[in-house]
Amino acid sequence: MSTPIIEIRDVSKRYDEGPPALADLSLTVEPGEALAVLGPSGSGKSTLLNMIAGLDRPTEGGVTVAGVRVDELSEAASARFRRERVGMVFQFFNLLDDLTVLDNVLLPAQLLGAGRAAARARAAELLDYLGIDRHSGAYPGRLSGGERQRVAVARALMNRPALLLADEPTGALDTASGAEVRELLTELHADGQTILLVTHDLALADSCASRTIELVDGRLARDERAVTR
Amino acid sequence: MSALGKIVRAGVGRRRLQSLVMVMTTMTAVTASVMAAGLVVASRAPFDHTFGKQHGAHLTAAFDSRRATGSQVAATAHAHGVSAAAGPFPLLSLAVRPQPPAGLAPPPVDPVLSIAGRADAAGGVDDLTIVSGHWITGPGQIVITDGWGPSELLGTPIHLPGVPGDPALTVVGTARSATHTADAWVTPRQIAALTPPGSAPTYQMLYRFTEAGSTAAMTADRAAVNAAAPAGSLRGTQSYLVTRDTANRQTATFVPFVMALGILGLVMSVLIIGIVVSGAVSAGTRRIGILKSLGFTPAQVGRAYVGQALIPASVGTALGLVLGNLGSIPLLSQAEGAYNSGALAVAGWIDVAVPAAVLALVVASALAPALRAGRLHTVEALAIGRTPQVGRGRWAARLAARLPLPRPLSLGLAGPFARPARSATIAAAIVFGAVGVTFAYGLGASINGVQHGLDRDSPGQVQVDPMAPPEATAGGARPTPRKEADPAAVARAIAAQPGTRAYFSSVFTDVHFLGVSDAITAIAYQGDSSWASFQMVSGRWFTRPGEAVVGHRFLQATATRVGDVVTLEGDGRSTPVRIVGEAMTTGDGGMRVLTDAGTLARAGVTVRSGQFSIELKPGTDRARYVAALSAALRPLGVGAQATTGRVSATIVAMDAITAILTLMLVLVAGLGVLNTVVLDTRERVHDLGVMKALGMAPRQTVGMVITSVAGIGALAGLIGVPLGIALHDYVVPKMGDAAGTRIPSVDMSVYHAAQLVPLALGGLLIAVLGALLPASWAARTRTATALRTE
Ligand SMILES: Nc1ncnc2c1ncn2[C@@H]1O[C@H](COP(=O)(O)OP(=O)(O)OP(=O)(O)O)[C@@H](O)[C@H]1O
Ligand SMILES: [Mg+2]
Repeated sequence: MSTPIIEIRDVSKRYDEGPPALADLSLTVEPGEALAVLGPSGSGKSTLLNMIAGLDRPTEGGVTVAGVRVDELSEAASARFRRERVGMVFQFFNLLDDLTVLDNVLLPAQLLGAGRAAARARAAELLDYLGIDRHSGAYPGRLSGGERQRVAVARALMNRPALLLADEPTGALDTASGAEVRELLTELHADGQTILLVTHDLALADSCASRTIELVDGRLARDERAVTR
Repeated sequence: MSALGKIVRAGVGRRRLQSLVMVMTTMTAVTASVMAAGLVVASRAPFDHTFGKQHGAHLTAAFDSRRATGSQVAATAHAHGVSAAAGPFPLLSLAVRPQPPAGLAPPPVDPVLSIAGRADAAGGVDDLTIVSGHWITGPGQIVITDGWGPSELLGTPIHLPGVPGDPALTVVGTARSATHTADAWVTPRQIAALTPPGSAPTYQMLYRFTEAGSTAAMTADRAAVNAAAPAGSLRGTQSYLVTRDTANRQTATFVPFVMALGILGLVMSVLIIGIVVSGAVSAGTRRIGILKSLGFTPAQVGRAYVGQALIPASVGTALGLVLGNLGSIPLLSQAEGAYNSGALAVAGWIDVAVPAAVLALVVASALAPALRAGRLHTVEALAIGRTPQVGRGRWAARLAARLPLPRPLSLGLAGPFARPARSATIAAAIVFGAVGVTFAYGLGASINGVQHGLDRDSPGQVQVDPMAPPEATAGGARPTPRKEADPAAVARAIAAQPGTRAYFSSVFTDVHFLGVSDAITAIAYQGDSSWASFQMVSGRWFTRPGEAVVGHRFLQATATRVGDVVTLEGDGRSTPVRIVGEAMTTGDGGMRVLTDAGTLARAGVTVRSGQFSIELKPGTDRARYVAALSAALRPLGVGAQATTGRVSATIVAMDAITAILTLMLVLVAGLGVLNTVVLDTRERVHDLGVMKALGMAPRQTVGMVITSVAGIGALAGLIGVPLGIALHDYVVPKMGDAAGTRIPSVDMSVYHAAQLVPLALGGLLIAVLGALLPASWAARTRTATALRTE
């Protein structure tokens, strides 16, 4: 077995009041896995994702991603870590409305300080691969939901991240667009991309995930591997 | 209304920074405005009061008694526009020798008094106020103008050494004329008795006019009088406006620049309050939607926002009122000295009018955005939420993306174009900050240059005063009252002293010029004074008797120019004097004449001695020279002193006021930036979260936020500097004018490349400092929290 890409040990996250968002959670994810995180609203799914991306710190426990202790990184180091290792896709796309599709996609490479020509080539390749190259000069406001989410995926993949994180990627999409994105993620996984996706969409989990976990009240309630894979 | 009150209070409390900015900006505006308006009013009030009460003469005219008879002169009272007139009074200039106080030598020059022959103290024009003693009751009596000489003169004789027989007149009283029409008064018949054989007194006429409010009106009035008199008989006139300017000069000099800073402050507060309120409205659009869905009317919403601006603005106004009144104290106390008129204070109506005006401005600048808030459709407001309008300034974003800059910086550069109106307003605020700094720098440099130039009235490194007691001897015995040392012997000792490069002696004395009712201070020089020339505004230093250099107000008062000839009225005689130059001098409000003592001699005024000013050879040790010269002078009973420069209290006050007001302007501009960037950051918190999720590091975030205002700041600096220079070039001559002088061009051209570059960068600095704090907040915001605000 290779070294796990994600290793979460006894993580708890408590906000000021109320029950913990995550309680004593442990989880290991291997490279190449596609993990679907299910669970009712408020069960701590987004919180878990934020911990992995280094956007938030656990109250207790340790989070190691691609060999890096994310919970111990400084702000700057965690930003650098995200730039290099992680791509994120959100439910509401989170594209920057004032930038064109191409500029949105280029952004992670530019933050990294990558060479201009190499970045453009990579962006063109991704836009082509995701079938949105004809929109590259358009602004996100003019695109359909499915197209927007594909732009978001392209942006997330820009720096060839070891890990793709997606928080309800189909949550804001109609059935047809949802299916497009589902196919895309399935294809990415088939190409070897490690994916962790939070979703309510059982179809998405079924088609794309090699493994499914369920959170309830911040605890691991179920952990299954898809038999067919 | 109480629900509304609660909302307003909650709004103010929540936006502490915005409230602070509004307090600061209104405070600055009110402070500067109260000072400016207070000075204008207070500086005019005492003169206007006295002038009104005594029916002061708008115009004082001198007629040649050889070209016009008394009745011809009296007939000018019927000239067009004259509402009242007095005279003609025979007027004579005579050298006088008052009885010196016990034990002291008489002054080095017998001062010349202009003496008017006048039967009555009152008469409807230029009523004289008797200050002490009584009015003339018969021959042999004289009333002198209050403040001329020591008060002990009352009851003592004044000798007239130039009049055959050295007659004496007894001082029976002191009086005050609003426009100083004469130094002294005797009966008309007395004038006839004192007139030296072969000369004739001039006729003085005093006029009041129906129209006398402006220089133009006074010019027309003078022309009317001239036309009514026999041709060529009108020899000179003086307008009350000149007298008023001279009397007001201490305070008036402050008015132009305090006013300029006040206007800057007012414009800035309008801008900043506009920014803050419209920012509060756009940040609170969602809140407005909620309020309206709860049943608030548009008017109520509008009022709530105006109220939000009005509370901090009132606090700022109150603070500004206190500061403005306190700041006026040192300025007005200078004026007090000039008028001996008791404590002056900022006029009460100013303390009401200025705050009212500023608060009205606040309401006006808050009203537009507040009404916009009121008119927003409820649904729209609820829907827009915080999202700024999308699609603005995309061209700028595209353009910036092409720049070979790190991406965070190019993103920052494009930022301002997404909110053009807000960016323009904040740019304007920084422009005014930069104008303030540039102006303040230039003002300080010019003032110090001027001060340096003004120091020329105590030139040289060493002085010898032939009247001063020598330094205390080692024995400590108090020297007995001494007589004056022989000036020729002092001069010989100075000339013989090794280290002496050049020297002259000079003395201050009052003289009179034909047609100028005010006494003029003359500095009479003996010896070579060319090395101690004043800073010249135009023309050159005098080189021989009969030439003179004058101050600007003198040219104004006599309506002459460099190159013209004026008539010096001496001891019953007069002599022509050619004006060869205009010097910068503010002493006596610019009513000054610098000339060779020989010029005075031609009019029968003898300068017997004066203070010696000595220029040393380069490399001479001053302390040793002073000691050696003092030793050489000891037998003559006098000593030498090192010349000390004086620091003018006026200039210290100007420097301080400029520094404080400019600092306040810069602070307001910086706080304006701070507030804008805070608003922007709040509105963009979501986008910032996205960028951080994509891996934007804190340093990159700070860089982006700062570049978003740095461009504005740099541009504003570039615009502000030339405006500041223009303001300087406009205001400084006005200050000079108020002080009675023009400013030489060396003191005007104070901006050089070495200062312009840092000044131009000032705008950038204001912007960066203002953005630093919110930028680091932006960098520290928790990304997860930011992303949750969807
Ligand atoms: N920044 C925060 N401050 C306070 N509480 C928070 C914060 N973030 C999350 N929580 C709380 O933690 C719990 C878990 O939230 P989380 O967003 O992880 O749920 P989720 O599983 O993603 O739900 P959903 O399916 O609705 O997105 C919730 O009770 C939520 O209110
Ligand atoms: Mg969630």
